[in-house]
Amino acid sequence: MVIELILMATKSNKAIKISQKHLLGIQDLSITDVNFILSEAKQFINLNRSKNKKLDTLRGKTQINLFFEPSTRTQSSFELAGKRLGADVMSMNIVNSAIKKGETLIDTAMTLNAMHPDLIVIRHQDSGACNLLSQKVNCTVINAGDGRREHPTQALLDALTIIEKKGKIQGLKIAICGDILHSRVARSNIYLLTMLGADVNIVAPTNLMPKDLEKFGINKFSDMKKGLYDCDIVMMLRLQNERMNSSFLASNREYYEYYGLTPDKLDIAKDDALIMHPGPMNRGIEIDTNLADDINKSVIQEQVELGVAVRMACLKIFCN
Amino acid sequence: MKKKYFLNANIIDPKNSLEEFGGLIISEEGKIEAIGKKVNENNIPSREKYIDLKGNYIFPGIVDMRVFVGEPGYEYKENFRTLSNAALSGGVTSVVTMPNTNPIIDNVSMVDFLKRRGRDKSKINIFPTASLTKNLEGTNMTEFGLLQKKGIIAFTDGSKTIQNTRLMSRIMNSAYDLNALIIQHAEDSDLADKGMMNDGIISTKLGLQGIPDVAERIIIERDLSLLEEHKCRYHISQISSAKSVKIIKDKKNFLKFTCGVSINNLSLNENDIGEFRTFLKLSPPLRTEEDRNVLVDGLKDETIDVIVSDHKPEDEEQKRLTFAKAATGSSGVETLLSLSLELFHNESLKLNTIIKALTSNPAKILKIDKGNLSIGNNADFCIVDINKPWVVKKENLLSKSKNTSIENKKLQGKVTNTFVKGEELYKI
Repeated sequence: MVIELILMATKSNKAIKISQKHLLGIQDLSITDVNFILSEAKQFINLNRSKNKKLDTLRGKTQINLFFEPSTRTQSSFELAGKRLGADVMSMNIVNSAIKKGETLIDTAMTLNAMHPDLIVIRHQDSGACNLLSQKVNCTVINAGDGRREHPTQALLDALTIIEKKGKIQGLKIAICGDILHSRVARSNIYLLTMLGADVNIVAPTNLMPKDLEKFGINKFSDMKKGLYDCDIVMMLRLQNERMNSSFLASNREYYEYYGLTPDKLDIAKDDALIMHPGPMNRGIEIDTNLADDINKSVIQEQVELGVAVRMACLKIFCN
Repeated sequence: MKKKYFLNANIIDPKNSLEEFGGLIISEEGKIEAIGKKVNENNIPSREKYIDLKGNYIFPGIVDMRVFVGEPGYEYKENFRTLSNAALSGGVTSVVTMPNTNPIIDNVSMVDFLKRRGRDKSKINIFPTASLTKNLEGTNMTEFGLLQKKGIIAFTDGSKTIQNTRLMSRIMNSAYDLNALIIQHAEDSDLADKGMMNDGIISTKLGLQGIPDVAERIIIERDLSLLEEHKCRYHISQISSAKSVKIIKDKKNFLKFTCGVSINNLSLNENDIGEFRTFLKLSPPLRTEEDRNVLVDGLKDETIDVIVSDHKPEDEEQKRLTFAKAATGSSGVETLLSLSLELFHNESLKLNTIIKALTSNPAKILKIDKGNLSIGNNADFCIVDINKPWVVKKENLLSKSKNTSIENKKLQGKVTNTFVKGEELYKI
């Protein structure tokens, strides 16, 4: 059904408009918005695989990447996406900027706003930073991750990967496992995958499970073996060690024993279950290193590849 | 000062169990000379001019037990003059100020400064507290006896909690010996660490670190267990959750202590935070609608004694930040009464219950002769049109800081005049 929707959307792209000015989170999007973005993204997949990757869709537009947190794949993905669409892309180096001198987010935003960018892509360690920014600037704001709240383009690229591999999302059983408490990827995926009709299992030790999560229409498990049963997709999350400010877990090795994705645990899922991971991975902590590299099971590289296509779609749609 | 006559008012004075239609006479010395139904057109000298209140209300001047003032150290947020003007416009004539200033009010030399500034710059009654521990560090207690002699009304670490149980027991013993009032802000700092709002579905959705209600409960349970062994004058500053109300209700059956609630927690809930409204980042945090309802019931059955404004002025710079970095607290002394009246208009509480929690109850806890209209007492009171509709606009607020939690809220009931010692210091 999703495919049909996407095809429909593709045919009538001209008629469809996105409901939001900014891409701050999946929570703000309608199913029509999501299908619109995914259908656009699909068209960019082949472009990215071809020799000439450059378009002039965003020629003359200025995109500023404002990353307050270190990032490899998201920042480079957004940078490539912007460049392939023909935009002028500037990535701010926070380490050398006035922010290090104590400038507030709003002042930084006002400064950048005065330079008339068309797009600001922001990643920030505080939840809601992109919302605050969007209230202060005239251009479009794209959230590349805010605190533990949302990471919408990651969820969209995950959805696109699943659709590419499984042909659909509706009716699939998808397990999201690991440090849910600190994860914006988990939150965005919960909103998106439930919206698209998946049956979502959330697997985490209770210390890493946010309060009242079951109210989002998911199934909660602290026993990974139960949570993986019969799943089509196993999405592993990074154990965000750098955010642990007190003892959530006893040790990495115990975590691996109970929550690391190992071949025996993967056996509980469906035979053709796929492994996903937003990266960067902690091999031997949340995922067995051989599983991560198993090209028959792991689609981690595809996620990165489709990430560029999804971000191109988002930049194109939200910039107009 | 000329004698003043007010007639045709609805008078509520909970301390004297007075709730009747009548008048008020203020003596030339600014004292209450006569009050009640016996004061009417027929028995005042016919030559005297009187003010016809046409059914408007007279309440005793409000006693606000929890107010932060910026002096010394944060004068840019609020000074005694701006605090005084803000309070008067809300019918508040007595405030208890928190010691969280810079420097902190933790020694006798600071008290003289405070009293002098308070006297010179403000027109309302200022009752300063001092900190429970030196420099609010939670390790060594301050000189309750000497500070009290200098005029300190109570002891509290303000927005901080005494975490150390042994220290708390010793504080209680000293408070008993010196007859000092201890005010605790109840929150376990480990459980609340880095917390910004109630722990629940909204915090999960917004991706903000939650503060579980058990963080409050655990300190209340601990303190009340200690209080059984170490009796003293103990007051819980302000509670936020249904669980706390239940514990307090049970313990009040056999223990003597008191407790307050912020008008914010009585009127708002966590949903009001919406999309990261930093003006609603409060301590204790706003909790669920169910918690709010139980707090209202707690006032009804007198489990909760006092309503406070928890007035915490913060300049805009401290609020124009991400939720994580924004300062905690809201300005509220001037809207305390009007917002409380909402609970009367929506039939949650009786008017008398509300006024009692704003006047005679805090005065009784503090052992001060304020918040009443007793004959011979200073005429500190306000006149209120309880039906007058108005909208809270930050540009109209008199406090130096405009961080109100209820910007644009429509309220019903406004103070029209406020008197201190018989002198009209505020007129709408």
